[in-house]
Amino acid sequence: MALEPAVTDLEQLKSHAEVAALVGWKAVAVEGAKFDRNELSINVERTAIRGACTALKDDSVLQYDALADITCVDWTPSEPRFEVIYHLFSTVTKKRVRLKIRLSGGDPTVDSLTPIWPGANFFEREVFDLFGVRFQEHPNLKRIMMPENWEGHPLRKDYPVEGYR
Amino acid sequence: MPEMTPTPVLDAATDQNLIINMGPQHPSTHGVLRLLLEIDGETIVRMMPDIGFLHTGIEKTCEAKFYQQVVPMTDRIDYLCPMTNNLAYCLAVEKLLGLDIPPRAQWLRVLLNELTRINSHLVWLGTHAMDIGAMTVFLYCFRERENVLRLFEAVSGQRMMTSYFRIGGVAIEPPLDFFGRVKTFIDALPEHIDEYENLLTQNPIFVMRTKGVAYLSKEDALALCATGPTLRASGVDVDLRRDAPYTGYENFQFKVPVSNDGDVYARYLVRVAELRESQKIVVQALEGMPEGRVKADAPKVVLPDREKMKTEMEALIYHFKIVTEGFTVPAGEVYQAIESPRGEMGYYVVSDGTAKPYRVHMRSPSFANLQTLTKMCEGRLIADVVAAIGSIDIVLGDCDR
Repeated sequence: MALEPAVTDLEQLKSHAEVAALVGWKAVAVEGAKFDRNELSINVERTAIRGACTALKDDSVLQYDALADITCVDWTPSEPRFEVIYHLFSTVTKKRVRLKIRLSGGDPTVDSLTPIWPGANFFEREVFDLFGVRFQEHPNLKRIMMPENWEGHPLRKDYPVEGYR
Repeated sequence: MPEMTPTPVLDAATDQNLIINMGPQHPSTHGVLRLLLEIDGETIVRMMPDIGFLHTGIEKTCEAKFYQQVVPMTDRIDYLCPMTNNLAYCLAVEKLLGLDIPPRAQWLRVLLNELTRINSHLVWLGTHAMDIGAMTVFLYCFRERENVLRLFEAVSGQRMMTSYFRIGGVAIEPPLDFFGRVKTFIDALPEHIDEYENLLTQNPIFVMRTKGVAYLSKEDALALCATGPTLRASGVDVDLRRDAPYTGYENFQFKVPVSNDGDVYARYLVRVAELRESQKIVVQALEGMPEGRVKADAPKVVLPDREKMKTEMEALIYHFKIVTEGFTVPAGEVYQAIESPRGEMGYYVVSDGTAKPYRVHMRSPSFANLQTLTKMCEGRLIADVVAAIGSIDIVLGDCDR
């Protein structure tokens, strides 16, 4: 199979129920969307992530009831530096959607998803530990992989792969 | 009640309860899992899992390697199901590349994937039963597991860290007598599963230790991101092999066992039923195994056959280029999830157009499932913790990465 070119036109992507639902919920919060390699990504404004997840979860048709994953990518030196990626899954329709937010390197702070899915706890702790992204209202934002007294955030791109820090 | 911190602050004047450590060297924590338990007598008031003892920074290491060099890293995440990890990563990169895999390679992948599931479930069943006190099952399970490992060795030269699946197919054609050996093993398996069930399913001690223990409701399972058999035993009918078929699973007929009981016993029954379904899939894979190549026809990505390298100039050049420079992957991102024996194993791979992945993230099922442990155990007895840990089938290598 040859690769289809990615679709990034928001108007065109409104044929996807997920994009339409989020635009219908709060059009200013949707910064863009991409359909590439059969996967749908929606860029959301960073303050709207909790609302967007709730909107997708409570939608009577889409029913994105499960949080599959939270992770982060460091795009240093470009700014906003961090991209936090949420993968949602519906156990009813069996569909997936990816939500993305961008965070600046100076203040990587975002609302925690633990009020919606308590299971976001470990995923957010991992992102905090390895990238230094802070999740507001997280019940226990401590390091999870590295020792408690560790300095630095290993998965940041400016952290060396080998040798001394 | 606030969550516990890894190093709890003790106040002798106000603390009525005892805080104890379980692990990280406790034999029934299946690896190096440390549990902080606040107990009132024998009852658990609060619990906090503390992980990270096996963290080796695999995600960081992957960023410094060529795409094909990441495959052996994936084995070492979950050492009980190396092939499923290989597969998830390979599928993710193949999706990034837009590569088609020949049918024989796909069927081989399904066959070996199900053998891996059988292998993993056998280890789980043996150790879980031993935790609860049934010693004999362990010996029987490991007898059969040994046979699966021999099959892995026959096909890849390695018992555990197989790295047999490669980007674009599988490493080499399996040896001549391989399918015959698989058939001998798989035909005898149902009888062996009956044997395990005879020892456990009606065993009053096992039933008393598991039935109604470590209950997890459907709502809690979804809220806490449970996955795989743990989720299915709580009544959520999700199996990615059926719901989002990959590598040709749509060609196979199998049932997805689901239970609404949500206790340790339900998880036991679901996994044993899965063993039987995996056996059926392997039989179907053996019967329908197509002929043909086991690697995709993509000389820039797939290493050439050894024979060709001795006679063809191009093959030698491609081999040299792939090994020394790697191959570039078009920029983009994919999330490929597959059903590992423990649940949804997802690989999120980001490419920036170079020969090394910009970011590889593994969403591991053990990590997600571990969060349910607190819910299962709080308010119950210490003895139930052992049964609960066994029932969510965690592998700490998978958890910590």
